[in-house]
Amino acid sequence: MNKHVEIKNHLREIFYFRLRLAIGVGFVLTLMTILFLRFVYLQVVRHDYYQTMAESNRISVVPIVPNRGLMLDRNGVVLAHNYSGYTLEITPTKTGGLEETINELSTLVEITPRDRKRFKKLLSERRNFESLIIRNKLTDEEVARFAAQQYRFPGVEIKARLFRDYPYADQMSHLLGYIGRINQTDVEALEENDMAANYRGSDYIGKTGLEQSYERELHGKTGVEQVEVDSGGRAVRILSRSAPSSGNTLVLSIDAKLQEIAVQSFGNYRGALVAIDPRNGEVLAFVSKPGYDPSLFIDGIDSQSWDELNNSPDTPLNNRALRGQYPPGSTIKPFMALAGLHYGERSPSFTISDPGYFTLPGSGHQYRDWKKGGHGSVDMFKSIVVSCDTYYYGLATQMGIDKIFNYLSGFGFGKKTGLDLEGETSGLLPSQEWKMRRYKQKWYAGDTVSVGIGQGYNLVTPMQLAYATATLANNGVAYRPHLVKEVRSARTAENRAIQPEQTFDLKIDPAHYDLVKRAMVAVTQPGGTAVSASAGAPYQIAGKTGTAQVIGIKQGATYNESQVNERHRDHAWFIAFAPAEQPTIALVVLAENGGHGGGTAAPIARKVLDYHLLGKVPQPLPDVVEEEGAEND
Amino acid sequence: MTRRQLWLRFTAHIDPPLMLGIGLLMLTSLIVLYSADNASFGQPMKQLLNITIGLTCMWLVANLPLHYLMRTAIPIYALGLTLLIGVALFGEISHGARRWLNLGIITIQPSELMKVGVPLMMAWYFEKHEATLTMRNYIIATLLLLVPVVLIARQPDLGTSLLISASGFYVLFLAGLSWRVMGGLAAAALAAAPFLWGMLHDYQRHRILMLFDPEQDALGKGYHTIQGMIAVGSGGILGKGYLDGTQTHLDFLPERTTDFIFAVYSEEFGLIGNIILIGMYLFVIGRGFIITANASTYFTRLMAGSITLTFATYAFVNMGMVSGILPVVGVPLPLMSYGGTSLLTLLLGFGMLMSIETHKKLNKT
Repeated sequence: MNKHVEIKNHLREIFYFRLRLAIGVGFVLTLMTILFLRFVYLQVVRHDYYQTMAESNRISVVPIVPNRGLMLDRNGVVLAHNYSGYTLEITPTKTGGLEETINELSTLVEITPRDRKRFKKLLSERRNFESLIIRNKLTDEEVARFAAQQYRFPGVEIKARLFRDYPYADQMSHLLGYIGRINQTDVEALEENDMAANYRGSDYIGKTGLEQSYERELHGKTGVEQVEVDSGGRAVRILSRSAPSSGNTLVLSIDAKLQEIAVQSFGNYRGALVAIDPRNGEVLAFVSKPGYDPSLFIDGIDSQSWDELNNSPDTPLNNRALRGQYPPGSTIKPFMALAGLHYGERSPSFTISDPGYFTLPGSGHQYRDWKKGGHGSVDMFKSIVVSCDTYYYGLATQMGIDKIFNYLSGFGFGKKTGLDLEGETSGLLPSQEWKMRRYKQKWYAGDTVSVGIGQGYNLVTPMQLAYATATLANNGVAYRPHLVKEVRSARTAENRAIQPEQTFDLKIDPAHYDLVKRAMVAVTQPGGTAVSASAGAPYQIAGKTGTAQVIGIKQGATYNESQVNERHRDHAWFIAFAPAEQPTIALVVLAENGGHGGGTAAPIARKVLDYHLLGKVPQPLPDVVEEEGAEND
Repeated sequence: MTRRQLWLRFTAHIDPPLMLGIGLLMLTSLIVLYSADNASFGQPMKQLLNITIGLTCMWLVANLPLHYLMRTAIPIYALGLTLLIGVALFGEISHGARRWLNLGIITIQPSELMKVGVPLMMAWYFEKHEATLTMRNYIIATLLLLVPVVLIARQPDLGTSLLISASGFYVLFLAGLSWRVMGGLAAAALAAAPFLWGMLHDYQRHRILMLFDPEQDALGKGYHTIQGMIAVGSGGILGKGYLDGTQTHLDFLPERTTDFIFAVYSEEFGLIGNIILIGMYLFVIGRGFIITANASTYFTRLMAGSITLTFATYAFVNMGMVSGILPVVGVPLPLMSYGGTSLLTLLLGFGMLMSIETHKKLNKT
């Protein structure tokens, strides 16, 4: 090392260190002086200002909750709106004894055990200093009676609040959903999305259905008011105010009358109906039966009503149209036929002789046709008209699962449709890869056979089948299905129409399309499986029936509808579009335990089509019988 | 041994003036906590337990001879760095930031350890190379600082990383970093500012912007700042009186036992109280400076200086934040805010100061 190394002078070094330290002292003194000056500024110069703000009248920043947006049907019929009503509310920290207060109150206004239960629930999840509702929807008389006695009840007050109302109640419950009180999970989600500030003061948030999926549109922007309040908490003067802006109005593609007719046409059947305009994906009716009364959930459902809904064998809380997964049964056949034509596996004229069953080469197992003895000689046209199972056992076997999978997934089977509701299930379109993943087994030829008639592993939701039917009706051009047609701004009167969104084009050969459509029209004509669907109709209906087995039938056994427990009866399907030449509506009907599609599902479809195409209201409307049959099962 | 001798032995390494200063501050803390916790003994009692634990640790460190103190530098720094890397890889996410490490039984926040570890390591490093300090040593020392700072900033915990930067910078400054280099660094920092702005998270930018106009988000992020300023300003010269702060007791003040405890104090004791509080802080800081000036070795001078200046910085940043001249960065008011971890870190620092002071005396005699 030839570098000159300097051994530092110790005293000199101490001197420099202390110099630096002195600078540090000066730095600290400067910082503290800055603080001191800031305190003088805040506490002396600006004291009066902050004094007013804090002490004299406790100015508080009060959020003004915006009115929630409305929901209208395509013709402007109100489906969800707000009305103002009086509530009786208690601030628990301000009352003496809570129990005595409530008992005393019940001598003035009616307080049911349900009200008490709901209040207890609110009490357990309340936020600080919040007033809690003990009674909703007070009558004018009750308001007057309480007002005269209010001095006896510290911490109890009458408030005017906006309530959410769903005029169609259980007819639209699975579609509109409901709002409910904001809970801890919602708060966390809001904070995560940086939306918490806009919900300061809001009590409700969309929980299911459109109320949930369009929450951002419906909620609106919270306003802020700086209010001077006196010691009693009453507002004396508004200092500044930025007005809230109401939530946007949703105009749905749903036709409320159509929906109503559809619901009523089901009579006592459970099930689902989805109707779509195939030309643009607008959903015209969306039914899941039975429904429930959404208003029960708004202020927290009481445990009794909850148990009734949750434990009912009819599962009214289950959104069958969106989440119910069923075997498609014979409704899959038109799609299978198109697949066969597309891959050249079947020509239109190819004819089989149906003995009433199908066997795989080298196997004795009989796959039976629904008709004992068979349908005789069957070509493709007839196979759809009479719903010949043997024809499709053979077609599926010859085509193989890979081609079936490829072609049917083009129609959206096995995938979510992308409807603007949350919680959609994707059904199941089986494939070799799926079976390996799910069961760690390879695909057997026997698995393919029953896929051909929609009874294998395949599952569809009514929504999916409706989407596929709409795509078929529109000659293979699919539009993303949507329930909301237009969003109307409350602020600017500016309307945002939801544009049809083409998702794919299957490019079906016109000759293939024509054959299948003609066959589907023949289904509803004498000789077809759904004659009742079009008897006397002034327009042509293309349709296809289907039955989804609920329980398996043993080899050699016969299925006898009358001997089977009602809950184990087959589900009835009917898919249809009309008018056949220029379809403006495609729909799917599922009647649970309805037996044959032609018998129960097709008449429901007919009523819906008649209203949509002719404006004809079924006369007389079937009696609406309350869902009480469940107890007798 | 008489009782008196025992007492003398027990307190041999406690520096009386420093003890007096921090004792007064912690006593004030308990009094204010009682008010902030809505006249309940809940948090004051828990804080009393924290104080007891902290003072015990302080006593232990104060009794540790200096060469032992120096020997802890590398292990503490290495442990801290390992834990920080651990946090970056396996840390728990809470409020969108990865700061905590779950060790099964306890969760720890390694950045807290680095508040002591970084200056300790840097002071040790300078001591090691005292005789032959060149520019290279300053660069290496800066790297020792930057690695943990970057890791903490990425968590993201901008407040803590800036404060650790400050404590490390104080070591560099006291170790004699040339003015020209500091000028250069300042210029570089200014030039890099727009770039750094781009690297900040949205919420961090929001907090800085909020400083200029808290009213624009009166319900959201500006709420803390506005309510803090109202509390301080409405306190006036004499304050509203103990337990009479309306901002505090009507629930307007957020985080009033932790980061915003100064607002509670200031509302109830006013400008006079603030002057007394600043006085108490200056007393502790002043004693720290005296200990620093008299420290016997290079290492202890740097360490004592950094601890003292950092303590002053914490006090300034917190009070500045509550009174609205600094962004809300989540720094507790030293010795006043409720919370065990930050108290422990501070008292460990004071333990070192006491060790530096008292062992020097012993060496001389």
